Amino acid sequence: MSTPSLEQRWPRDHYLSGGFRLRDWLLTTDHKRIGWLYFASITFFFFIGGIAALLIRLELITPGGDLLSPDTYNQMFSMHGIIMVWFFLIPSIPNTLGNFLIPMMIGARDLAFPKLNLLSWHVYTIGALFVVLTVLLGAVDTGWTFYTPYSTLFTETAVLAAATGVFVVGFSSILTGINFMVTLHKMRAPGMSWMRLPLFAWATYATSLIMILATPVLSITLLLIAVERLFGIGIFDPALGGDPILFQHLFWFYSHPAVYIMILPGMGVVSELITCFARNSVFGYKSMVISIMAIALFGFLVWGHHMFVAGQSMYAGVMFSLFSFLVALPSAIKTFNWTATLYRGRILLTAPMLYAFSFIGLFTIGGLTGIILAAMAIDVHVHDTYFVVAHFHYIMVGGMVTAYLGGVHFWWPKMTGRMFSELWSKVAALALFIGFNLTFFPQFILGYLGMPRRYHEYPADFQLLNVMSSLGAGALAIGYLLPLVYLTWSLFRGKPAGANPWGATGLEWQTSSPPPKHNFVQIPRVSEPPYAYRNQDQETTG
Amino acid sequence: MPTATKTRKPLGDQGPVAEQFETMGQQRDANRLGMWMFLGTELLLFGGLFGAFVTYRVIHAEGFAEAAGHLDLTLGALNTALLLTSGLTMALTEQMSRAARPKATFWLLVATIAIGALFIVIKGHEWYKEYQEQLMPVLGLPFSYPGEQPEQAELFFNFYFVMTGLHALHMLVGLGVLGVIATVAWRWRNPPRIARQVQISGLYWAFVDVIWVIVFSLLYLSRV
Amino acid sequence: MRVVTTLFVTWLCLLVLLGISVTSVVMLSLPWSLVAVAACALSMILLILVLFMDLKHSRGLTRVYATGATLWLAFLITLTLADYLTR
Ligand code: HEM
Ligand SMILES: [Cu+2]
Repeated sequence: MSTPSLEQRWPRDHYLSGGFRLRDWLLTTDHKRIGWLYFASITFFFFIGGIAALLIRLELITPGGDLLSPDTYNQMFSMHGIIMVWFFLIPSIPNTLGNFLIPMMIGARDLAFPKLNLLSWHVYTIGALFVVLTVLLGAVDTGWTFYTPYSTLFTETAVLAAATGVFVVGFSSILTGINFMVTLHKMRAPGMSWMRLPLFAWATYATSLIMILATPVLSITLLLIAVERLFGIGIFDPALGGDPILFQHLFWFYSHPAVYIMILPGMGVVSELITCFARNSVFGYKSMVISIMAIALFGFLVWGHHMFVAGQSMYAGVMFSLFSFLVALPSAIKTFNWTATLYRGRILLTAPMLYAFSFIGLFTIGGLTGIILAAMAIDVHVHDTYFVVAHFHYIMVGGMVTAYLGGVHFWWPKMTGRMFSELWSKVAALALFIGFNLTFFPQFILGYLGMPRRYHEYPADFQLLNVMSSLGAGALAIGYLLPLVYLTWSLFRGKPAGANPWGATGLEWQTSSPPPKHNFVQIPRVSEPPYAYRNQDQETTG
Repeated sequence: MPTATKTRKPLGDQGPVAEQFETMGQQRDANRLGMWMFLGTELLLFGGLFGAFVTYRVIHAEGFAEAAGHLDLTLGALNTALLLTSGLTMALTEQMSRAARPKATFWLLVATIAIGALFIVIKGHEWYKEYQEQLMPVLGLPFSYPGEQPEQAELFFNFYFVMTGLHALHMLVGLGVLGVIATVAWRWRNPPRIARQVQISGLYWAFVDVIWVIVFSLLYLSRV
Repeated sequence: MRVVTTLFVTWLCLLVLLGISVTSVVMLSLPWSLVAVAACALSMILLILVLFMDLKHSRGLTRVYATGATLWLAFLITLTLADYLTR
């Protein structure tokens, strides 16, 4: 077969044709192009954060502190945490896939506020670059949590600049959240009722809600740190009767809900993947929707589980512990529903589906260990150990990053009009799963045995498990680098995808790949419930 | 404005629709909802401060109450009255812009700006007085407090300067926005658009009032 | 111009409420002054929201969000206080 001509490969009028000057990208208001801008930014920050992680793991291969000095080590995990949380994971799925897909999934021409969307990217990118520079040059060593009084009274590093930068990036979150919420409320195509909304759109909605309700509290908290360092206005200063634990309350009022910003979109993506490749409509659509919204709500009531041993009252601890158990419920419902969706499905083991399976397994382990941590008596023992590190990496990396990659593979044909290598994508998915478990499972054991987090050396007894973890990190790195190679390759050499290569339902698959500038030649009318895979099957077979 | 009376659509509903929307009604709804959501985030931004203040007010009840007595209640109340009045002029501006009355719109905007500016001036005067009385624990300035618990008082004044400062910052932003709209209203080129802008910025301006009512009640009125 | 009249009346009410809350702080002592200040502040806020910001004629959705944000602020304050009051 000869290579198809240019026209065949990329249909003429679509959002990527024409306009490849810098200006056409940096000043675009097309939500699809802005999705790509985010894609470029977060990939860049992901690899910077990844380098910091690799340095940490290299240091921890041996018990002694040989590669990094204690100070450098502190700076590395601070940089890793700040970048990965705020500059990669929070914007990851919502701002790339969400930007690209939300208008298409609901049958709209763009988001409600396209210029705001662009502003949001500029704010994010400039703020994040600023922070990375200050953290590198100013050697911030507080960890991503910026706990007072260390961050305000003691450290001599560039906390002021870093906090200001994260504050600025917060605006991007808020603007994006408002944009998505208004879009989902006001721009749905005729017939696209709430109960016909794809679960990814629901998840994005809940995520946006958390973004706009939680982020402002982070902003003010960071501002208070900045004000204390800049003007000497101490709000948490113990010498004046201020309480550093109050800082933790405010910080976690944002940061626990923020962990749901970092998982709900992943749940949304996985719901789409599972139902498509099981060729089965989602089991319990309504309970899925209710669970998503319940997570967004209850996620706000549990923050004190990060402070069990910080000096908070025992009664508050009991209350937060109880609420934390409750928040696990909706997550469990979702997990059961995904499994039930597979039952009697016609399962296709494509690369996106492999990612989705990895997600379910890893998220389940992460969630169950969360419940273990929410039990106060156990947490006294494992708080601030590697057990906690393993817990949240299972969810944030094993869950969210895996779902992100799964989603990128799933919608890649839509975004680029090209198919990627099937073999290589499966190899990458497998490398990720193996590398991930090798890296983080040993950390559960290490933490349970008592290895504290945030130290650059450890007793020699812990070495074997640490070496395993560091080796796993290497494999994991391969799992992340491979897609960069074959996906880029597919841009130039990939087979043309056609409008709907996976045979998926959903409005985004009804327009051409890549989609035209305003997504649809004509605004679609929706007359079916979502995920009508069964009907489709009957049509083709019967 | 003859078209306005002929078509009988509200002024704000006229003019070309932005390309991502189907109708002007949809566009206006979206803008309004977006602004309200933004104001919700503003409430939570100040909310962190309010929450922290309330917490300390509970655990350091006496020291905080006594420190609050050192604020100038008269000037604070006067400023509150001024802001409420500017809220009225802004709400009237909206009515006038909707009724397509350029002169009234412009002058009411000017009045709003003037009252807002007066607020800032009085606020500045208050700060200056506190500076003279050495009640400004900022940038290492001396803090000499005559009362029982100077540490808690310093904490109180820290809150005072952060809250009123952040509020003043919001006022300045609002004044800037209103200034721009006033020049646009002076030229009166695109009345439907002006009506929409006045409405959206009016929401913001009124909300700054709301925040001030809370700030005033927490700081000035918590003296017993 | 009924709207304009309403706005003026609102403004008068606001000033009266302000007067009440300031005098109550000067005249009353603890539980009642607090009650008066809180009640006045709440009424002033509601008047501004409903009449100056026209929540009265807004869509239900807007009202839901306005209450929602307040509710979330209440979560923040009550759960934090729950810690401090039980220490
Ligand atoms: C099933 C629901 C969950 C429960 C019950 C839970 C419980 C907990 C608890 C009790 C801790 C504190 C442990 C300690 O510091 O001693 C914790 C830490 C953490 N969790 Fe979870 N968790 C859940 C879900 C999640 C999710 C979905 C994410 C992220 C996407 C996440 C991310 C984190 C992070 C980042 C930390 C550590 C923060 C730090 O100290 O740096 N958790 N979790
Ligand atoms: Cu948490």
